[in-house]
This record gives sequence, structure tokens and C-alpha cells, in this order.
Amino acid sequence: MHKRTFLKFSALAAATFLSLPLMAHAENAKLKIGFVGVTSGPAAAWGISNQRSMEARAAWLNELGGVKIGDKTYDIEIVPFDDQKDPKRAIAGMEKMAQDGVHYVVGPNVDDGAAAVRPVAEHNGIMYFPYAFPKELFTAPASNAILGMVANYQSGPAIYKYLKENKGVKKIAFVAANESDPLSQRESGIAAAEGLGLEVVSGNVTYQVDTTDFTPVLLPVIQASPDLLVLSGVSPANAPQLIRSARELGYTGFISTETGQDATVLQEGAGELAEGFISVGGASTPELASDTMKEFVDRYTKMFGEYNDESNTKVYALEYILETLKANPAAIDNVEEYKKTMDTFEAPNPFMKGDAKLRYVGMTSFGQKRQVSVPLVVNEFKGGKFETMFVGQVD
Amino acid sequence: MEQIIANGLYLGAQYALIALGLTLIFSLMNVLNFAHGQMYVFGGFVTYTVVVQLGLPFIVGLFASAVVLAIMGAAIEKFLFAPVVRRSKRDESTMLLAAGVAFFLDAVILLFFGEKQRGVPKVVNGVLNLDMRIIMPYDRILIGVLAILLIVVFIGFMNYSKTGRAMRALAQDKMAAQLMGVNVARYSMIGFALGAMLAGLVGGLLVTITGVNLGMGGPTSVKAFLMIMIGGAGVISGAIAGGFILGMMESVGLTVLSAYGDITYLVIFATLMVFLAVRPQGLMGKPWG
Repeated sequence: MHKRTFLKFSALAAATFLSLPLMAHAENAKLKIGFVGVTSGPAAAWGISNQRSMEARAAWLNELGGVKIGDKTYDIEIVPFDDQKDPKRAIAGMEKMAQDGVHYVVGPNVDDGAAAVRPVAEHNGIMYFPYAFPKELFTAPASNAILGMVANYQSGPAIYKYLKENKGVKKIAFVAANESDPLSQRESGIAAAEGLGLEVVSGNVTYQVDTTDFTPVLLPVIQASPDLLVLSGVSPANAPQLIRSARELGYTGFISTETGQDATVLQEGAGELAEGFISVGGASTPELASDTMKEFVDRYTKMFGEYNDESNTKVYALEYILETLKANPAAIDNVEEYKKTMDTFEAPNPFMKGDAKLRYVGMTSFGQKRQVSVPLVVNEFKGGKFETMFVGQVD
Repeated sequence: MEQIIANGLYLGAQYALIALGLTLIFSLMNVLNFAHGQMYVFGGFVTYTVVVQLGLPFIVGLFASAVVLAIMGAAIEKFLFAPVVRRSKRDESTMLLAAGVAFFLDAVILLFFGEKQRGVPKVVNGVLNLDMRIIMPYDRILIGVLAILLIVVFIGFMNYSKTGRAMRALAQDKMAAQLMGVNVARYSMIGFALGAMLAGLVGGLLVTITGVNLGMGGPTSVKAFLMIMIGGAGVISGAIAGGFILGMMESVGLTVLSAYGDITYLVIFATLMVFLAVRPQGLMGKPWG
């Protein structure tokens, strides 16, 4: 009898003990947020900075006990997919997200991938945050894509105007990789420059992304003697080499791009030749970064060994998704609810000092709010790091 | 015009060095090493680690790249290619293995060196400027000269050393070389190690100029194959000729055709198709293999 009781208690105790981790695990439900972007090849830095930003922020939020949306608290699970910068792979990635029941996806990183996933996202009720600029993705009747950064046609004119008014720039030249994103960015850059009354002295020189020597590429551009050389849509891998070749050819004017860059990569690849290089950054400058942003950088660095400056912008997408879901918990599996919330949504921006707000913008560019509001920070590379040149805001 | 020739010679020297390792491996083992570009990238990252992370002189980085890649090449040949060549008579077996090694090395590079573009500070500062007719940074001149020097050393090694002669015999007729006492397994391994070492060396040299990143491997392999197709697969002089011809074509194309957009490689590929239709064995290759 005693033996039987002992066995019963032992079995009960064992069952309770074994179920403890499951119970603890079951405390928070999982909220899956997807990422479909490029994490391999020459443009890997773009997607990896996205994915790692999401993973670092999700780990931090989970460590704090999860995210409370409505009555439930969720642990955030990031579901990544490498599209290898291939539109076909991007479609496969978005289909995988649909099969996994994911409704919110960050990415893709490039124009053709972002355009390719549109039908899949719309058919399966997925909101996605491309880092790509085709206006038709963000303009009605499209409504599922939200631009995750400042577009080149928003930052480019601001940079050209600033340099024209403050530095006397009159002649401008463009060089772009022979790929859809850089070429479309070059076209909109040329249009913006001409709109500002700048003389475009070179606008048709392109290069292969695997070019190892840019001297012959840049020679005819430099011979046109521009005051400003724009590296349209340049990838972080190519930027240092282009800058270096231009300077070595004796070019002394301004060099700029509308894409995000990494200070370490510029320093290693071009050193002091990159001094004065102008690019678009995020909320990382000492003037703007909040303590939360600084802690994010620390956590990211501890988690992955090295920070990527592009994450200054890429940290935002996940935050927008979560804060919008908090504002309307019904949107957790219904993107139509999410869309309804976007027009009036406003929440404190944890990554910037002061009373900055997270809100959706884009009325001027797209006629509807389909863009996250991140500060338009134009940086100048000085002494191995970025210094803020000026800060703007996109409507 | 002088600038075009200078750019072409510089590009040609680095291309020839890349192609040499690939053609050596092909001539010895009949293996199309699709991982050659990844080996080049690995060599660049080793030099970067030694020079930038460890703060050691560039020459030490270059030496480390050569040693690491030679060991890697020898190990890949001994444990992967040799067993496959022994067991399978089908060429596609080694091709698939080479593709697998390329993917594996990509993953290893991402794991150990990360996704970012990396670069080594300039070895020499300053730019040679001859009245704006030729503009060439001194570091490019140095790297170009070093590349040509390495090619000369390699040719000397292949022609005058016992190992080089054995490898040439093996490349010309494996059966006859074997009957004359050449240890096929040993020299195949040495040849593969030497090919990988050349890839590592050129990666180490070019990391000071172009930098290096995860995605450079595939396109580098494609260019290397292009060069040995022009010169003739498995022929050392052909690889050198192919490298310099491709370098010169690229330099001329980028200058002369720049007004028409990025059509240089379109023209090169179209020319190559016509050329191969007329002479499929390349400039210096033999029609019978």
C-alpha cells in the first residue's frame, strides 16, 4: 500500500517536473515575424543587417518578458529566408511565410524582389516592409507594402539641393551598377538633379557588380569634371572601391550616395580617401540616438560580434509592426485591421531623443501612408566615422 | 590610349594569376574547380585577418594566405577529389563535388569572416601621373609587378623543378608518367595545393586594391573559366594569354564602349561565342584534349 502510494506520488511529481518547462514555455504565445531578403552574395550586408536587427531586438524584448498585445503576451520569433537577391527565391520565401501563418514580413531588399512578392503578399494577407523604392508598390491600388526607409527620390533631391545652395555645386555626374535598383535610382536622381537646375555632365556610365578595377569605369566620368559624383544605389561592397578609384584619378569634388553605408567598411576599403563622402544614415548620431538606441547597438554587437551602421535604419521595421499591433490587437492576424490603424497610428520613438514619434508617412510621395517615418539623416564621413551633415523629415 | 593599355596590363596580370591555378588543376586532374573563386576570396580574408585584425605586416598576411590555401587545397584533393576520381569515371561527379565545395566555402567564409566588405589599407601611397596620359596608383603598379613576378616564378618552377616537370608529365599523359615512376596521387595533391595557393596569393594581393567580400567567389570563377576558354584549358601559356587578353578587352571595352552603356561583357561574350565556334580548343589548346 505504502509502496503503491509512493509510486503514485513519484509519478505525479515526475509528471509535474517534466511539464514545468512546457508550462513555462507555454506562458507566452509565439508571434512570428518574417524576413525575406538577401543574406548571401555581394549585397548580403543589406539583408543580414535587417535580419540581425530583428533578431537582436526580438531577443531583447523576449528577455524583458515578451510583448503585450491586447490581453496576450507574445514572444517574438523571427522567421528568416534568404532570397539570394533573386525574385524567384523571394516569391518562394513569401509563399513559405504564408504557409507558416506569418502576416508581417520585413523585406525584400531590392526592387525586383519587392515587386515579385506583391501578388503573393496580397493574396495571402501579408503586410511587408521592402527596402526598395518602386512607387507602384506603395501607391493605390497597392496597399500591403510599407517602405521601410527613406527612398532615394526623397533623399537625393535634399542632398543635391543642400550641396547646390551651400557648396556651390553646379555640375553633377552619375554612375550606377548595371542592375535594376541602381539604374532606376540613377534615373530618378538625374530627373531630380535636372529639376534643380543642375547640369548632368555624365549619366550613362555603368559597371558590373563584380568589377575589380573601377579605374577604367570612372575615367570617362572624371574627365567630364563634375562638382558632384553620385554613386546611384551603390552597395557597401562597391562604395569604397569607387571612392578610391575616383580620388586616385585626381577627382577632388563631392561624392555622394542615397544608400546606407557602413563606416568601418569605408575606412578599411578607402581610408582617408573616403573623407567627405556623403551618404544617408539613420538615428545613430550622438545628436539623435536615445539610450535605447545605444543599448540596442551594444546588444547587437554582443550578439553578433560587430555592429552594422545600416541597422540604424533597419531597427525600425519590427518596432513599427509591434507598436501598430499593440495599438490594434485585432490586426494580429488581419492585415485589413492593420491598414485601418496606420492612418492615425502614433507611438513614442524609442530610438530617438526627445519626443519623436513613430508614425506612418508618405502622403506626398505615394498619396497614402505607406512609409515608416525615420529621420532623413545625411552623413558626411570624417575621421573614420559618420558626422551628421543635416537632418530632414519625410512627409 | 596609354591609360587603356596600362589598365589592361594591370588587369591582365591579376587575371592571368587567377587563371593559372585553375588551369593547373584542370590539366592534372581533369577537374573543373568551381570553388576556385571561393579559394581566392578565402585567401583575401586570411590576409585581411592577419594584417588588419592581428596588425602584422602585409607580407606576413600574403604568406599566411599562401600556406592556408595550400593546406586547404591539399586536404580537399586528398579527402574529397582523390576518392571521387578513384571511384567514378564520370566527369560530372567531380564537377558536382567542386560545386559543393564552392557552396561549403561560401558558408565557411560567412561564418568566420562575416558578410561585410573587407579591405586592407594601401600598401604604398601615391599616384603615378604622367601628364594625365597615364594615371596609375603606386600600389596597383606594385601589385601588378608582384603578379607578373609570381607568374614568372611559377613558370620557372614548372619548367625547371623536379616537381614541376613531374606535374607537366602528368598533365601531358597520365599513363606514360605513371609508367615512368611518377607518383600520380602525390603530384595530383601537390598540383591541387599549388593551384589553391595561387588563388590564395592573388586574393591576398588584391585585397589591398579591391577589398574582398563573400559574394566575389562565383563571378571570379566565371572570369577564370572565361580566360582558360580563351587560352585553352589545361595549357599554362594559354591561361596567361587568356588572362591578358581578357584584361585588355575589358579595359578597351570600358573606355571605348562606355557611351553605349554597360555592354563591354556583352561584346566579350558574343566575341567568345564566335571564337569558340571557330576554335573550340582555345588559342593554345589541343583539339584532342
